[in-house]
Amino acid sequence: MNPSMSKPWAALVGRRLVQVLAVSLLIGTLCFLMVRALPGDLAMRVAAGRYGYDLVSNAAADAVRAELELDRPGWLALLHWWRDMATFNLGQSLVSQRSVWHEVTHHLGATLRLSAAALAIAFAVGVPLGVWAGLRPKGWVDKASWLMAVVLRALPPFLLSVLLILLVAVQWGFLPAGGDESQASLVLPALTLGLGLAAGLARVTRAAMLEVVVSPFFEFARTKGLSDWQALVRHGLRNAAVPVTAYLGVQALFLVEGALVVETLFAWPGIGHALVHAVFGRDIPVVQGTALCMGVLFVVFNLLVDAACLALDPRHTQKVAK
Amino acid sequence: MSSPPESLRAIPPEGGRTPVAWQSQFHGGAEAVPSVPPRPLRRPVRTVLGIALLGLLALFALLGPWLVGASPEVQDLRNTLAPPSAQHWLGTDVLGRSALARLAHAAQLSLGMALLAAVSAAVPGTLLGIVAAWRGGRTERALLMLSDSVLAIPGLLLVLLIAALAPGALWALYAGLSAALWVEYFRVSRAVARPVLAGDTVQASRLLGFGRGYVLRRHLLPALAPTLGTLLAFTTSQAVLALAALGFVGVGMQPPTPELGLMMTEAMPYYEEAPWLIAAPTALLVWLVAAMMLLNPDRETA
Repeated sequence: MNPSMSKPWAALVGRRLVQVLAVSLLIGTLCFLMVRALPGDLAMRVAAGRYGYDLVSNAAADAVRAELELDRPGWLALLHWWRDMATFNLGQSLVSQRSVWHEVTHHLGATLRLSAAALAIAFAVGVPLGVWAGLRPKGWVDKASWLMAVVLRALPPFLLSVLLILLVAVQWGFLPAGGDESQASLVLPALTLGLGLAAGLARVTRAAMLEVVVSPFFEFARTKGLSDWQALVRHGLRNAAVPVTAYLGVQALFLVEGALVVETLFAWPGIGHALVHAVFGRDIPVVQGTALCMGVLFVVFNLLVDAACLALDPRHTQKVAK
Repeated sequence: MSSPPESLRAIPPEGGRTPVAWQSQFHGGAEAVPSVPPRPLRRPVRTVLGIALLGLLALFALLGPWLVGASPEVQDLRNTLAPPSAQHWLGTDVLGRSALARLAHAAQLSLGMALLAAVSAAVPGTLLGIVAAWRGGRTERALLMLSDSVLAIPGLLLVLLIAALAPGALWALYAGLSAALWVEYFRVSRAVARPVLAGDTVQASRLLGFGRGYVLRRHLLPALAPTLGTLLAFTTSQAVLALAALGFVGVGMQPPTPELGLMMTEAMPYYEEAPWLIAAPTALLVWLVAAMMLLNPDRETA
């Protein structure tokens, strides 16, 4: 928790490791409680889900009961639950009978693809807009991007996606509103997430650029004879990149929460979609697996952002009295 | 409405964390945007406008169900998907229920529960924040670690998991929201309390022999009050949106409860026949978001 300035990297990783542990413990315990809190006879329900309501029998329910350790006292079962989690034994889906690992890895690719696409859109739209707006504050680009930011940033993903579906997919009918059959299905969900991200990114980039433009080193770069473009690329962008990168940590939250909602809405077969459906189906091993995956992804993303900030700004790694 | 003062930035956040890492940790999207609008309304106007919007919404939630009078659950199957009329101002949904009545009840449910969750997050959150700032040392580190752990889970995911303990139950959603929201109060109140406690005035009070209660009443609470007020409005709005998002994907409240997100899902298939059905809850949420935006820029730091 308490880094000496010479070891910022170790401190960084250490802090995030603690977070991963805490997240796993919290999610694991919640999922355990979920099993215990289910109304009615869980074993019966699971058996029914597995074999169909007509074929379920007491024997089947008993088998499920033994499998889920529902006949043990609570604390012992919780310890076992933790032990299984610590040994990466996530069990198998109660519905599909496949291992949770399989389910998670199966869906992870789709989520990563969606997130990458959303981030790409966000960078492609947000950064140029922000840089332009920062170089010409109060110009029309600045005003337009401000308006965009106010509207898009404020709308939570599920409102934005409803508007997009209604407008693009249904009204104009040129993009599929759901599924993953074609490349085009990626467009709407990625656009929903990407535009929300771009709005924030543009504003942060603008603020960072404003600061860079008035800074002495930027002035000097111009004075020593660099062209506008050289000064911008070599001195402006890198310095502006630090707050922009740091802001990505905030974006991660938007991305993860957005994935939860947007994937479900667009039937994009990612982790969030799987999680919501597992909650529907009371398929708790899958709930646990997908939630863990999302939590760990979130922490890892933050770790990457922190590391990028450290790498971009050597001031943090040097011994300088602040 | 003092945002955490400039002096706060001079103090390295805590535990040697770099300011950058501190920022990237901020919980809950929009408020961390250091947005400097080109032509900002003056802050008091913005704030007043935001509070006015929220107030109108609260009034609708409070009095709406009573004013509308109609039941949100009575079906009239011979009059489904009716356009807005004198009897049903917002028309009827696919089961012939009055959309306005449903909207009013949904607003009451969402705002009421969100406010309750925000308040019950505010009390322990603020107290823990004050304790952390006051005691420092090991207590503070332990509490920070706790808040760090909660922050490591995206808020909506936490609410979803806790709500999944008892699907469709109000108490589970409420518990989930409170569990996700208290961290914000903890962080903000700790950040505000630190410079106050370290400041000259508290020092003077202590030297004059005043006790803890006095310092708390005369120094801490007045310093915290404005920030906490804004935060309360803000977290309440966040909670409403989270509720709607969960209802929308179907893991929040369950039908036939009138709930904003659920209403949107229910109206989606009929958007061509009855666009007003989906427009009404959407408009209400956008209204809320607008109020949030107006209240927001006060809280860049913290």
